[in-house]
Amino acid sequence: MPKNPNVKRVMVIGSGPIVIGQAAEFDYAGTQACRSLKEEGVEVILVNSNPATIMTDRDIADKVYIEPLTVQVLEQIIEKEKPDSILPTLGGQAGLNLGMELEESGFLKSHGVTLLGTTAATIRNAEGRQEFKDLMERIGEPCAASKVVETVEEGVAFTESIGYPVVLRPAYTLGGSGGGIAYNQLQLEEILENGLRLSRVGQVLVERCIAGWKEIEYEVMRDSAGNCITVCNMENIDPVGVHTGDSIVVAPSQTLSDKEYQMLRSSALNIIDELKITGGCNVQFALHPTSFEYCVIEVNPRVSRSSALASKATGYPIAKVAAKIALGYTLDEIKNAITQKTYASFEPALDYCVVKIPRLPFDKFITAKRTLTTQMKATGEVMSICDSFEGALMKAIRSLEQHVDCLLSYDFSGLSAEELKDRLKVVDDRRIWMIAEALRKGVSYEEIHAVTMVDVWFIDKIAVLVEMEEALRTGELTPELLKEAKRMEFPDSVIARLTHKNEEQIKAMRHESGIRAVYKMVDTCAAEFAASTPYYYSVYGGECEASSAGGRKKVLVLGSGPIRIGQGIEFDYCSVHATWAFSRAGYETIIINNNPETVSTDFDIADKLYFEPLTPEDVESIVNIEKPDGAVVQFGGQTAIKLTESLMRMGVPILGTRAEDVDAAEDRELFDKILEETEIPRAAGGTVYTAEEAKAVANRLGYPVLVRPSYVLGGQGMQIAISDEEIEEFMAIINRIAQDHPILVDKYLQGKEIEVDAVCDGTDILIPGIMEHIERTGVHSGDSISVYPAHTIGKLVKDKIAEYTRRLAKALHVKGLINIQFIAIGEDVYVIEVNPRSSRTVPYISKVTGIPIVDLATEVILGKTIKQLGYEPGLQPEARYYAIKMPVFSFEKIRGAEISLGPEMKSTGECLGIAQTFHEALYKAFLGAGVNLPKHKNMIITVKDADKGEAIEIGRRFARLGYTIYATRSTAAALNEAGVKARKVNKISQESPTVMDLILGHRIDLVIDTPTQGRDKSRDGFLIRRTAIETGVNCLTSLDTARALLTSLENAGQELTLVDVARL
Amino acid sequence: MKAFLILEDGTVFEGKHIGARREIISEIVFNTSMAGYLEVLTDPSYAGQAVCMTYPLIGNYGICRDDMESLRPWPDGFIVKELSRVPSNFRCDMSIQQFLEENGVPGIAGIDTRALTKRLREKGTMNGMITTDREYRLEEVLPKLKAYTTGKVVEKVTCREKYTVKPSVALGDNGPLSGAARFDGEAYKKGIREPRPTLVKALSGAGLKVALLDLGSKDNIARSLAERGCEVTVYPAWTTAEEITAAGPDGIMLSNGPGDPKECTDIIREIRKLYDTDIPIFAICLGHQLMALATGADTYKMKYGHRGGNHPVKDLATGRVYISSQNHGYVVDMDKLDPKVAVPAFINVNDGTNEGLSYTGKNIFTVQYHPEACPGPQDSGYLFDRFIQMIRTSEARENHFVIRTSEAREDHFVVETSEAGKGGESHA
Repeated sequence: MPKNPNVKRVMVIGSGPIVIGQAAEFDYAGTQACRSLKEEGVEVILVNSNPATIMTDRDIADKVYIEPLTVQVLEQIIEKEKPDSILPTLGGQAGLNLGMELEESGFLKSHGVTLLGTTAATIRNAEGRQEFKDLMERIGEPCAASKVVETVEEGVAFTESIGYPVVLRPAYTLGGSGGGIAYNQLQLEEILENGLRLSRVGQVLVERCIAGWKEIEYEVMRDSAGNCITVCNMENIDPVGVHTGDSIVVAPSQTLSDKEYQMLRSSALNIIDELKITGGCNVQFALHPTSFEYCVIEVNPRVSRSSALASKATGYPIAKVAAKIALGYTLDEIKNAITQKTYASFEPALDYCVVKIPRLPFDKFITAKRTLTTQMKATGEVMSICDSFEGALMKAIRSLEQHVDCLLSYDFSGLSAEELKDRLKVVDDRRIWMIAEALRKGVSYEEIHAVTMVDVWFIDKIAVLVEMEEALRTGELTPELLKEAKRMEFPDSVIARLTHKNEEQIKAMRHESGIRAVYKMVDTCAAEFAASTPYYYSVYGGECEASSAGGRKKVLVLGSGPIRIGQGIEFDYCSVHATWAFSRAGYETIIINNNPETVSTDFDIADKLYFEPLTPEDVESIVNIEKPDGAVVQFGGQTAIKLTESLMRMGVPILGTRAEDVDAAEDRELFDKILEETEIPRAAGGTVYTAEEAKAVANRLGYPVLVRPSYVLGGQGMQIAISDEEIEEFMAIINRIAQDHPILVDKYLQGKEIEVDAVCDGTDILIPGIMEHIERTGVHSGDSISVYPAHTIGKLVKDKIAEYTRRLAKALHVKGLINIQFIAIGEDVYVIEVNPRSSRTVPYISKVTGIPIVDLATEVILGKTIKQLGYEPGLQPEARYYAIKMPVFSFEKIRGAEISLGPEMKSTGECLGIAQTFHEALYKAFLGAGVNLPKHKNMIITVKDADKGEAIEIGRRFARLGYTIYATRSTAAALNEAGVKARKVNKISQESPTVMDLILGHRIDLVIDTPTQGRDKSRDGFLIRRTAIETGVNCLTSLDTARALLTSLENAGQELTLVDVARL
Repeated sequence: MKAFLILEDGTVFEGKHIGARREIISEIVFNTSMAGYLEVLTDPSYAGQAVCMTYPLIGNYGICRDDMESLRPWPDGFIVKELSRVPSNFRCDMSIQQFLEENGVPGIAGIDTRALTKRLREKGTMNGMITTDREYRLEEVLPKLKAYTTGKVVEKVTCREKYTVKPSVALGDNGPLSGAARFDGEAYKKGIREPRPTLVKALSGAGLKVALLDLGSKDNIARSLAERGCEVTVYPAWTTAEEITAAGPDGIMLSNGPGDPKECTDIIREIRKLYDTDIPIFAICLGHQLMALATGADTYKMKYGHRGGNHPVKDLATGRVYISSQNHGYVVDMDKLDPKVAVPAFINVNDGTNEGLSYTGKNIFTVQYHPEACPGPQDSGYLFDRFIQMIRTSEARENHFVIRTSEAREDHFVVETSEAGKGGESHA
């Protein structure tokens, strides 16, 4: 069926801020779909509150609204823009839920808007637990015995009828949020209560526990004519019980015979046909490990994290095809973009093995439980491709950038076989390392399988790697052994460690024996048809399909690896834009990256894509083939920056700011010298390696001091210390991971934090705008609310900032981007940190000022001057809009994580509030972040002594808004004394009712709790904050944030105005 | 031990020897299925060929005897990237290495199978040799390779004498189907192969007798008919048309099979006679090609054929596209079709080649691909239903069957309820 001619203006809903369970994959899917729609001449109106995304760029959509994703806002946009259709299946669960609400309220119908793609009835059937179960029964597809319950009592009664354990899944939540497995009534009641609250419709599915079964997924597509295909199937190494987002996943399935494969495939197609899906869909199965019995776990009638993974794993662009199907095309009318010869109506055949490993945030949340459950905790993932499972696993491990490069990286050698067997009962992110150690200790495959239910085939593959470690450690390193180790993708560094040689020797030996990485193509068809997409992965041995074609100049763009806290999609945004800019300048572009969720790893972004780990060795192998004219590292975050030195050793020129200047910004002594020369003040400080040195510096400066490792992103390991004891504690934490670089100890200055991104051409600078943080210094810039234009500082300070920026950029010989953080105290301005590279705020400031910073930086790198690019150097005129970037956290997903804000970054994403007034922008920003007050107009305030004064003023304003304030003893006393009415509540340790009972009573809107400085000493405060977060109560730990929220509430109520960012 | 794969164009791949220790010369072809290597090995259509699997990890779930499509493996040789050392599956009977050894199939592992596949794609199917002889001399080997032809392989693979496959009583007999299959693992281990309760389709073919001409038939053709209630009599390839029609079948099936269709001159002659009767005929693969040749059409050898489980086939009658299981090196020439005799009914969406014919004025339709799947997608199983429906509606028999159908419905509908409370409504 050809394209539906009635579809001319389509509204696409994005997925909002990045949170655990809903990450960059939707930027990838959304961007691909928007491009696909535009290709068909359809006008795209995009709505997404997340400014860090590529989909919200003016060249991706025709109209761009970076507005809060609420029904009210969407209705307003529909009324203004009058789209004829809306596509809700690209924005994850958030987008789907909004689309459904608009449809169910009748709004779409009354405004003549059609829901494109999968229909509302289908979505209801797939997403509503009971509807889905009924439908599965009707077509004879089995589901585990289950019941949808709306009360805890109902859940307990049902569970008693089917027996423990049971799995609990709240309806309509992200990443399985609020779900879990209950083995007894106590656990059941706890999880159920939490789940009922989190569910949009107050429903939780109680289900027979099938933990331990194989978890298999199928990515399927169906068009309006009923043609169905499966794009890919995937097998989770971790059996049912661990959320698929937290599982190690392999594609295609490895342990399924054709009978099992086809049985589940037929079932998946049967299901989407019955559901009448039009577009992409994900079907998850549990397969009994010793029978043909299976259960359908879940169906997602939309693109998903799994579909992004399947797209990258196969080369089949699911979102692009789904968009075309939504327009009315059938699969046999859509060309296969990879082969350009065949059509989308085929199933990719893989001739390689794909492994995905989740990136879990336990390095950030050291107090959090590492246990993996049905609630997703990963912030991102890495994928690798190889012709063997061993190779793919090894490559994926080193792509994680978590100080792991082989199966020896976590040391469990101190545990006995028995202890290991015991530890294996609890699943955490180190399970494969623990299995490896168990194998080393002689635990049998069967025993490991019995405890973990991991298939013996995978255990054997881990054993193959363990045997290779042993062979390297004990045997002579012959060329044959080296060849075999490289075939399994052991990095040179690991081989060197095991053979007591150095890396150079291994490399030399490889070169002598001609053992080199070669590159194979991902072509969707296992070489059956010729393909021209240059999408490559490495293997050892065989013919190389990649070659360096002459002609154009060639640039290597290094990506930013897995999404993690501190290094999010902002850097992918920068990498993609830089690639496009190089391409426009006539360069051949090559991207290296390993993150399957991102736009940068879409096969048509660069001229060539290498899906590879970002380690010096892996990059060097590519460099040897491609011989690029230069590499650009300033856009890929710390991941790319870390490769600078290695690239230079390989003889690859670094384009833009030179490596020694990047070093100068990080090296304390060099940087101090520059500051001296440029006469820019900074907080006093020192460079240390040991706790003793740190204490000496701290005492010289006087507490409080800021302690942090150099060369890190997102303030990892950064702490404010107020005593010698704390210094010792923090230094111990920092030094747990071997440090190549010194640790910095600075005097902690409290003032207004200012941030600037600028482009420098070596002479002139261009500052698009100055951003100001609402939270005072001490809160990581990524976790602060950021306001553009800075509205509380005067011209004098602004000029000073612009001037300092110019001097620093010049002194550091910056060519390209620079990001600087300042503290303003009165009229004094101090430098905190200089990063001569792209930053988290680049996409945000680009969008709200309309100045394409990355494009300009790329042009500058290529030799243009700012003047030549048509810009007057210096600080640009301020926009007529206020644009406020609000951090968004995923604390509710990580049990046990400390939520109080500090110098270490904790937010996972961000959203934007943009409006003509500061107040409206702020209100929109809070709304976009999901802070939606008031409901009950009850709040709790409990602050440390130093904050009591400020708390009074805040309490008074809340009271004026009609809030009832509860406070713990001393806070209540302070408030009441100042004439602010506050009700005293007991601390947790005192008798009931306590502050905890109050929170659990579901009558509280907001908790303001400022923790004692330094790492929290009070268990009480921690418990209050965790309980608040886990019961869905807003919890603020900074009085500055609280004040901002107040301002926003005081000014709430008026109709929101809409801003088309594409027109700024 | 080292092994070598030597191609007709002089390319030599060095790898590791697997399977039986034997030197072979054969036609080298590749298959892109990611699972189902046992079904590939036991598909008689591979007689006279050595198969390269493009998926690199082979043997992961070992050999599950229940999945064999015939009594033994047929390819002359087996070419893989990596053979799994520890197979893992609850039904696994032995490792693939053991299976190859026991059945005298030699092979080679550890070669760049993708490079081999590309070579075959670019240069077309070639002959090759698998040997462990390090002292091979190319100038002696190459002429031997050039001289090799698959020859009259149908005679090798067809059954020796006719036999009958009874209609299945319960569909569970035939292995897993789509739907809930409750399974008793303990019983299975003890060798008790209880019919597995499963979703049961209406036995639409109950009471029908079908003659299957075995040109190298995969077991699932007879099984697919039997599970629909048909009684299937399987005949050796050299059976005369007279003998088949004398038994009074309600319908005739011509199976898949190996080799060049034009070699099968005797069989073509008999098929022509079958064409001239009014008995409904459904043919698959080689059977489809032979019917075309018998009725004046032509076939030609494709550059490298279609072998895998992912080819899209369009049913021209409905416009629907199905993903199919494929294994063929020859194809019917659509340019030389006489529309008065036959018209295309199915085409390959990728390359537009013929995938099936509908015979004008006849109750005959034939397909190039494999509705019996195994390995590969089961999407085209509906063609067996179409065949049965064709028999039922063929004019001469209409009245007769109305009664038998209703009888069949009462007897054979099986309604199962699984523990999960699934109401197993029968549906055709």
